[in-house]
Parts: sequence; C-alpha cells; structure tokens
Amino acid sequence: MALLEIENLNVYYGAIHALKGISLRVEAGEIVTLIGANGAGKSTTLRTISGLLRPRPGSIRYEQQDLTRLPPDAIVRAGICQVPEGRRIFPNLTVLENLEMGAYTRRDRRGIAADLEQVFALFPRLRERARQMGGTLSGGEQQMLAIGRALMVRPKLLLLDEPSLGLAPFLVQEIFRIIQEINQRGTTLLLVEQNAHMALGIAHRGYVLETGRVTLADTGAALLNNPEVRHAYLGQ
Amino acid sequence: MPGSAHHLLEFVQHLINGLYLGGTYALIALGYTMVYGVLRLINFAHGDVVMVGAYVALFAAAGLHAPAPAPWYQTLLIFLLAMAACALLGMLIERVAYRPLRQAPRLAALITAIGVSVLLENGGQLPWVFGSQPRSVPELVPRVNILPTAWGLSVTPIELVTIGVTLALMVALQMLVQRTRIGKAMRACSMDREAAYLMGIPVNRVILVTFALGSALAAAAGMLIAVKTGQAHAFMGLMLGLKAFVAAVVGGIGSIPGAMVGGFSLGMIEEMVAGYGFSSWRDAIAFVLLILILLVRPTGIMGRAVPEKV
Ligand SMILES: Nc1ncnc2c1ncn2[C@@H]1O[C@H](COP(=O)(O)OP(=O)(O)OP(=O)(O)O)[C@@H](O)[C@H]1O
Ligand SMILES: [Mg+2]
Repeated sequence: MALLEIENLNVYYGAIHALKGISLRVEAGEIVTLIGANGAGKSTTLRTISGLLRPRPGSIRYEQQDLTRLPPDAIVRAGICQVPEGRRIFPNLTVLENLEMGAYTRRDRRGIAADLEQVFALFPRLRERARQMGGTLSGGEQQMLAIGRALMVRPKLLLLDEPSLGLAPFLVQEIFRIIQEINQRGTTLLLVEQNAHMALGIAHRGYVLETGRVTLADTGAALLNNPEVRHAYLGQ
Repeated sequence: MPGSAHHLLEFVQHLINGLYLGGTYALIALGYTMVYGVLRLINFAHGDVVMVGAYVALFAAAGLHAPAPAPWYQTLLIFLLAMAACALLGMLIERVAYRPLRQAPRLAALITAIGVSVLLENGGQLPWVFGSQPRSVPELVPRVNILPTAWGLSVTPIELVTIGVTLALMVALQMLVQRTRIGKAMRACSMDREAAYLMGIPVNRVILVTFALGSALAAAAGMLIAVKTGQAHAFMGLMLGLKAFVAAVVGGIGSIPGAMVGGFSLGMIEEMVAGYGFSSWRDAIAFVLLILILLVRPTGIMGRAVPEKV
C-alpha cells in the first residue's frame, strides 16, 4: 500500500479543466518528482493534495484516509506539509515566529526545540537572522525559511513546489543537497520542479505532466535517459 | 481667574473629553481592523454589536438588581457578561453570515454585512427585543463631576474608568497579538491565509477568535458609552460604527496600532473642532477627515499598501 495514492484526479478552475484524470503514487521513503512545462498542472496537483482545491471527481488516499474530505489544516495534522510555489513566508513575522508557525499543530515542546535546532543546523543563516522580519530576507534565505518552516511540522510527506526557482546555481545545488538529506532522515518527498535535470537526478521515480495529464512515469534514471524527456525538458 | 489660566483649563477639559471619545472609537475601530485583516471584509454589522453590548449590560444590571452606582465587582461582572455575550454574537455572525460566502465574490460578503447590520438594528427595535424607544441605563459608574465646581473643569468617574479600561484592553490585546500562539496565528492569517492553512493553522477557528475578540471590545465600548450617556437605543451603533470605521481607515485598516492611533486622533480632532466653536460640525468631522486621508495618504497613518490578493 503506497503512502499516497492518487487516482483519476480532475480539477477545474471555473470552466478550465486543469487536471484531466491524473493518477500517481508515492511510496514511503521515496523522492518522487513531477516535471512538466509551465501550466501543465504541477502546482494544481500539489494544491489539491493539500486540500486548497477540491477534485471532481478524483480520489487521494493517504494512510487509509480519504484526503478529499479534509480541510487543509487537518491534512497537515495528518502529516502532509507543502512548501508552496513562491515561498509564501509570513513577511511581517520574524524568522523565529515563521518557524513557530510551522510547529503550530504540535504540542511537544521538547520535540519542537529539537527540530528547531535541526533546522538551524541545516540552515545556519536562519539562526543568524532569527529576529529579523521574514520579508527582509533575500530570495534564497526565504526559500530556506520556507523549507525550515515546513520541517517544523515534522511531516511524513513533504510537498515541494519549485524550491529552486529563481536561485543562483550554487544555491540550487545546496537546496538539492538539503532535499536529499531531508529524505535520508526519513521524510518522503513529492518534488515539483522545472529543473528537470536536477530533479530526476535525485528522484527515485518521476512523472511527466503535460496539460493536465500524466504522459510518462518511470524511475528517475530511466526518465533522464528517455529521448522524449531529453528533448522536451532537458534541452538535448 | 486670569484669562490664560482659563484657556489652559478649557484646553485640559477638551483633552480629557477627547481621550474619552477617542478611546471609545479606538475600541470599536479595533474590531473593524482585525476582521479586515483576516478576511479583507468590512464588517458593517460591527457597530450594531456595540449596541447589543449596551443592551446586554442594561439587562444584566436589571437582572442583578445592581444599585446605582454599583459596587465595582458587580460592574465588572456586568461588563464581562456584555463582552462574553457579544463575543458569542460575533462568532455567530461570522459562522452563519460570512463563512458560507468565503469563496464568493467580495461584494456578496459586503452586502451580507449590511444585511446583518439592518437585521440587528431593526430586529433590535421589536417590542420583545430592545424596543423602539431609548432605554435609560443605570449609573453603574457615577457620571458626576468629581472636581470642585470652582475649578471650572468637569471630570467624571465614568470618563476616567473608560479611559483606563480602554488603555488596559489595548495593552492586553497588543500582548495577545504579539506574544501568544493564537495571536501570531492571527497575524499569519492576515498576511497570507493560504500559507497559514498550509502550516496546519485552523484558519476558520482563528477567524472565529478574531470575531470574538473584536466583538468583545465593541461590547466594552457599548457598555461604557451607555453608562456615560445614560441611555441605549437600537440605532446607537450606527453613527458610532461609522465613525469608528473612519478611525480604522484613518489609522490604516488592517493595522491594530493604526486603529488605536486612528481612534484617538479622531476623538481628539472631533472634540477640539467641536469644542472651539464648530460644535455643529461634530458629526461631519469624521467624514471630512476620511476624505482628507484618502486624498493624502490612502493607506492610512500606519497602513502599508497591501497588494490586492487574487
Ligand atoms: N487560479 C487560477 N484560475 C484559473 N486558472 C488557473 C488558476 N491557477 C492555475 N490555472 C490554470 O491551470 C493550469 C495549471 O496551472 P498550474 O499552476 O498547476 O501549472 P504549473 O504546472 O504549476 O505551472 P508553472 O510551472 O508555471 O508553475 C494552467 O493552465 C493555469 O493557467
Ligand atoms: Mg506551478
């Protein structure tokens, strides 16, 4: 039984049919990536998993639960957290308060303190900036904060929407290294990326999305070597 | 008495009146600004919650057979009852009238807000609710001058209590919003509701708490005003609500310190203008101020320009 199992997901924005029957699954411990061009429906998929959008029809099963009936906060409490596209940190809360908001669903003071230390160990820059307003951070620092804030939820499944967007090449490397580290510590990841090369490089499996449909599904390595993928997404 | 001393006394008098008036506007303005912060909605029914607060206090005083003036603990109990009842009313309004419209166009919510206001004002006039005649409110806190008449100054206990309670409530609110978990969640929701959801913050519950807090502050203002003026009527929230709304906009709608600054500014300006020869302008000043601030600084004194959300 997969950790997350999506079947025949259909999502509309008004009359726009954005997801046209997507099916995919994520096994516990995996990094699964979702790649595709602009407007393919990657963010829509993640937003639907998080409960911000409702499918009609479609099913999302996670640990025997049907997520499509739960409000977004209950989905987080079930163990799924999303780092949304564009970071969406709270600009007028301090870095520390942003991280506290990540721990909102939790009551275990010790565990929270330990996770805060881990986040600071992962992103030493955040410790230096702890009392600074989130909105005053640079783009890269905001991305670190967004990931750190989500880690404070201590999710079982972390959804990442284009974490490398707009970052300098060395920072992209750094973020991908950290993503792998998070996975090695036991968090399952569903990673949406434009940077197909990097994403397929670290993913166990991947799905290619085209205008609301899954067109390819395979292991990360196989997709990297797939001629269609190389042509369309890797520019080769 | 020398002329200059007389002028000084007159000025001090207006200062005290302005503080009293401004404090009540600020208390009410806080509710507008907090709800706007989390929902981007002008809760037009908020002024009428002030009125309900006054009536709850009136009924509670009658039910407790409170003498006038009442002992402090009885006054406090009545005060807390009014606040609690209005906190519930505020949550009820949000749950029944606004939550079903969360995804609807903003105009729908605005029209609903006006509808709730009309309902409270006219429903309140029904004979078995509050009635259509003004009701006299017992003098729970004395409204007589405590200074010797020879001083030419009038300061009443109810004014002092109002100023004190207002300041205490504002400090408490500020601590709550800045320091506590729920307060931080309220701020997070007002910055980015969706991101708050994605962190597992129960947004609907936070919105309910926001309504409860704002309505409790409105009730506090309603009771204090009713005790000061000695009466309550079903439409008393109309002008108060409008002026407090102006105060919230002047301070910068969405900003809690802004509502405080806006409330005190409006109270002070209104008192000074009316006190120095333009008393017939009293009710127009708020709207002149509104027009001026919208021309000069549309975001208000403490407001930031927020990008419109889609
Ligand atoms: N709020 C919205 N209202 C209407 N249409 C939308 C909305 N959000 C997305 N869409 C449409 O749905 C489709 C899928 O969008 P989505 O944001 O999921 O794409 P994406 O794969 O994440 O793209 P990108 O790589 O640019 O982030 C697009 O055609 C988009 O125009
Ligand atoms: Mg996207």
